[in-house]
Amino acid sequence: MPAEPLPLPPEETPVAPGAPLRLSELPPGARARIAEIEGDACLAERLLDLGFVPGTPVRVVRRAPLGDPTEYELRGYRVCLRRSEGARIRVRRA
Amino acid sequence: MTDAVLAPPLRLGLLGSPNSGKTTLFNALTGLRARVGNYPGVTVERREGETWLDGRRAALIDLPGTYSLTPLSPDEEVVGRVLRGEVGRAPDALVVVADACSLDRSLLLLAQVLRRGVPTCLVLTMIDELGARGGRVDVERLERALGIPVRGVVGHRGVGLRELRALLGHPESWSRPHLVPPASARERAGWAASILESAVSARAGAHRPTELLDRVLLHPLAGLAVFALVMVIFFQLVFAWAQPAMEWIDAGVGGAARLARRTLGTGLAGDFAADGLIAGVGAVVVFLPQIGLLFGLLHLLEGVGYMARAAFVIDRVMGRLGLEGRSFVALLSSYACAVPGIMATRTIASPRSRLVTILVAPLMTCSARLPVYTLLIGAFVPALPVWGPLGLQGLVLLALYLVGSLAALLVAGVLRRGVLRSESLPFYMELPPYRVPPARLWLAQVWGSLWAFLRRAGTIILATAVVLWVLLTFPRAEGPGAIGQSLAGRLGHAMEPLLAPLGFDWKIGVGLVASLAAREMIVSTLAQVYAVSDEGTDLREAVRRDVDPRSGRPVFTPATVASLLAFFVFALQCMSTLAVMRRETNSWRWPAFAFAYLLGLAYGASFVTYRVALALGSAV
Repeated sequence: MPAEPLPLPPEETPVAPGAPLRLSELPPGARARIAEIEGDACLAERLLDLGFVPGTPVRVVRRAPLGDPTEYELRGYRVCLRRSEGARIRVRRA
Repeated sequence: MTDAVLAPPLRLGLLGSPNSGKTTLFNALTGLRARVGNYPGVTVERREGETWLDGRRAALIDLPGTYSLTPLSPDEEVVGRVLRGEVGRAPDALVVVADACSLDRSLLLLAQVLRRGVPTCLVLTMIDELGARGGRVDVERLERALGIPVRGVVGHRGVGLRELRALLGHPESWSRPHLVPPASARERAGWAASILESAVSARAGAHRPTELLDRVLLHPLAGLAVFALVMVIFFQLVFAWAQPAMEWIDAGVGGAARLARRTLGTGLAGDFAADGLIAGVGAVVVFLPQIGLLFGLLHLLEGVGYMARAAFVIDRVMGRLGLEGRSFVALLSSYACAVPGIMATRTIASPRSRLVTILVAPLMTCSARLPVYTLLIGAFVPALPVWGPLGLQGLVLLALYLVGSLAALLVAGVLRRGVLRSESLPFYMELPPYRVPPARLWLAQVWGSLWAFLRRAGTIILATAVVLWVLLTFPRAEGPGAIGQSLAGRLGHAMEPLLAPLGFDWKIGVGLVASLAAREMIVSTLAQVYAVSDEGTDLREAVRRDVDPRSGRPVFTPATVASLLAFFVFALQCMSTLAVMRRETNSWRWPAFAFAYLLGLAYGASFVTYRVALALGSAV
């Protein structure tokens, strides 16, 4: 896995059914389960401590009025992440 | 006295994530008697309070809110340093505070704490809200599953506090976990799931009021409108609504100064009391209405939960600048005055963003610059109509505001990419449910802000005001123009070689020295220099007529005026701002840095403006 911040994938990236998506790509209202966290170990550690642990169900609540960040619901609370952080989290749609 | 008094007090650390109700519990246990300071080396607030727990004296440490014990920055290391006993004696026991409605998330932090082997208990807050949302936690089962004592409370109503106090008084008798939670995050989550399985019979449902309010307050259009409205209210609070109270204070200070002169005479004692001491106290007290109003609203909206939403709404814009949503309120307030603006940065979670916000706040055009701009524009910019009601004078004023704001944004970007490049901390922000904050807590927070300003910044402002009075008064001379003989006057003369490239003479130099007390002081000081009693029309005429005795040319040429305006856009001519920066960053390093870089910018901008204006002048 690359250590530098991941560039956002081009729109036309083909996604095989069931393959992990980026959390940042999910539309509001979508539900998914965390698959894995990519990138820098320190950042991954913090996202895990925030509860983004593989297997955890997560729901996309809404995007901010200006399009970023996005509000997520997991483990009984709500937290917002910017697109750059959300892109590190791979999820499988529920 | 009994042994209980003589024995060293019990040290208990309160640990929990932000929004866990930790501070409410801390206040309920200590009765709001907290000692507030800073942890050495960082800008994190340190709060400790003493209380009696079941007949035993105890010191409670309100540790900074955290989601993790793995630090990503020096500021986050504070919790670890306290736990290791590097800041005072290590706590004898830890109290993990968790919102009962999001126990799932909090167990991840508890697991990390339990691995440290210190006696630990768990306090579930907001159990009333849990019940209202249809959730059920069996406290006894939770105790059995975790192996540590668990208590439920409603912090601000005092529910469950008596039982909690009885427990907290005797940490040596607390049960320890049967097995230490696993180290890896994945296994920790499994551990948390098994605990929840055994103790939670129903999870808290959605918080209806939050669902409904967010549908409006975070709506793509309505959300932006509400945000704009709230920000207008913030601006009005510091810019307009604090004005009457500030005018009463000014009038009161003026009355006190007259009284002092009448009682002590017009000699040195009267002068010192009136112009040094009372004016200095006035310079401090005059900020209280702005700070009180700003923090009244800020703490209210923070307690309700709206500030997190406001930050969510504007985060995209601020993120581009390397700042975060909460910087917006601080920068906006700085249009009125950088002092409350810099104090408002306390709500910014990321220490780096907070520092950058503090450093650029003085570039926002504050209201103290207005008298200076008004004098110079009124005297030297012709009142030509440009377009409709918009005149040239208004346009120049608008341009000055814009230049300051653009400079703030540019500097923020430069600092964030240069000196203060962050350790690429991830951005995350919890959006807590809307709540009605307890009035007592709110009052204590507002009072705490005012008191902190008075004690830490107020003393510095007062001392500087007295020093400036000495500079402007000694050696004493009589009659008009005496100020030229004063230390400040000599300083102005001595600075002339430095000021000449900017087109300034010694009189402007004296004004610049005096304006350190507050920017608008340059106006009253120029009035003293020109020995006019009216700071309006008379002063405007006096500066317009002033001629350099050596060259016979006017002192205030258009180039000099433009240069002086440019200087005031950038220069940090304000000791109150410096004092507040000192308080908020806990060292003189950052105020010194801000003063130096802003003086550099001011000098550069002034020099360029002067040269360009001269070139344009000779070209015409």
